Amino acid sequence: MKDIGQMVAEHPFFEGLAAEHATLIAGCGGLAVYDPGAYLARAGSPAEHFFLIRHGKVALEVRPPGQDTFILDSVSAGEMMGWAWLYEPYVWQFDARAMDLVRVIEFDGACLRGKCEADPALGYDLMKRFARVMVQRFVDTRLQLMDVYGSRD
Amino acid sequence: MAVGTERAAASADDVWVPRPWVVRSATREIGDTVTLEIEPRDASAARPVAPGQFMMLYIFGVGEVPISVSGTGPTSGLLHTVRDVGAVTHALCNLGVGDVLGARGPFGSAWPIDEHKGCDVVIAAGGIGLAPLRPVVRHVLERRGEYDDVVVLYGSRQPDQLLYTPEFERWRAAGIQVEVTVDHADQTWDGHIGVVPTLVRHARFQVDEAAAFLCGPEVMMRFMAQELVDRGVVPERIHLSLERNMKCAVGMCGRCQLGPEFLCLDGPVFPWTRVERLMAVPEL
Ligand SMILES: Cc1cc2nc3c(=O)[nH]c(=O)nc-3n(C[C@H](O)[C@H](O)[C@H](O)COP(=O)(O)OP(=O)(O)OC[C@H]3O[C@@H](n4cnc5c(N)ncnc54)[C@H](O)[C@@H]3O)c2cc1C
Repeated sequence: MKDIGQMVAEHPFFEGLAAEHATLIAGCGGLAVYDPGAYLARAGSPAEHFFLIRHGKVALEVRPPGQDTFILDSVSAGEMMGWAWLYEPYVWQFDARAMDLVRVIEFDGACLRGKCEADPALGYDLMKRFARVMVQRFVDTRLQLMDVYGSRD
Repeated sequence: MAVGTERAAASADDVWVPRPWVVRSATREIGDTVTLEIEPRDASAARPVAPGQFMMLYIFGVGEVPISVSGTGPTSGLLHTVRDVGAVTHALCNLGVGDVLGARGPFGSAWPIDEHKGCDVVIAAGGIGLAPLRPVVRHVLERRGEYDDVVVLYGSRQPDQLLYTPEFERWRAAGIQVEVTVDHADQTWDGHIGVVPTLVRHARFQVDEAAAFLCGPEVMMRFMAQELVDRGVVPERIHLSLERNMKCAVGMCGRCQLGPEFLCLDGPVFPWTRVERLMAVPEL
């Protein structure tokens, strides 16, 4: 079986990562499996991790009071999930539910923040990767808000 | 269905005069969308049709609208999948077996599928946009060996607005990767959630060997084309169908003009490189 360093280096989110950074990042990571329906994160709870999805699909959800749960987005194998661990107050904004069997590399946020503070080159590399995904999801959300399939009027 | 880019050679009468066609079947696909199978009452009115082309369908006393060909029926009929959005499409969606409507055509350019034999094929559609692309999927299915990886990326607003879902398993069984997404869903949905361009990130194809065919809301097509180009797809190999409103269908009235292009005559299928700049002009 591959070790976590190898899995980190091969995951699309970390494409082109320097070998020494892969080792540092892998040191904060562990493998985890979530059964269908299990929650990777709950809105309002401490955001101590982020996830690299290796297999399966995760639904980002919100449950407005008195209404059914609403899925906002899905994140699949090859993608990253979770940036609440990066910024205070380190709290999840949404629920994240496994839609099927989900395999992830789960990273300890406090551990990684410590390494980023100590090694600004690592921190900058990581920030650029997170920023790119954030911008992409922001653009996707804007397009979603346009409701392009609605009536043409 | 004959495939080619040549326009049907039509006499002046064919172009202007709707002929009587008869509804052979009417199938409700989803809440507001119906597929009609229609046949000319007089077999001599039938013309070869290529995937991507459209017919002008006329409901007597109501009006005439362009509707793409979404397939061929079991006999000599044409399939049209119509979404009820206004007076004419409402009347079309309420036709029954044996009813007569007027039809002229086919008109417009076709998807250049044959030009991309040997390539990977990406078919990306939003909402009713899968209707003009279904003939491309069927064309590829019939000639599966002539194309490499084939990917269908399809999205709609919500799960109950997805078209042709019963066909997806057959497509998958033939080795086509079918990825489906919706903008909004509840927990009963287990597919992707998000806009169609996000599906490109899950699709398996060789970017430098791919040809792409897009149809759907214009904004979606713009973002999709950009996503494909960003991934490395050659812009000249991206084709899209522009389905803005039109009247005469033969380049006379100017209703569908987009800058120098007549969508009815030069399109509706265009290479992305030819319309990219025009599509970004708000006044057009
Ligand atoms: C080449 C081509 C192929 C088409 N193929 C299909 C198809 O396969 N299935 C299908 O359901 N529809 C298709 N359409 C769209 C269809 O022609 C229109 O929905 C129809 O003309 C609407 O007429 P109506 O009388 O029902 O509604 P109207 O009352 O005329 O219009 C209802 C509303 O839709 C708007 N509208 C009408 N046509 C268009 C259009 N083309 N683009 C943007 N807004 C429009 C109107 O401005 C109005 O706001 C196609 C259009 C073109 C140009």
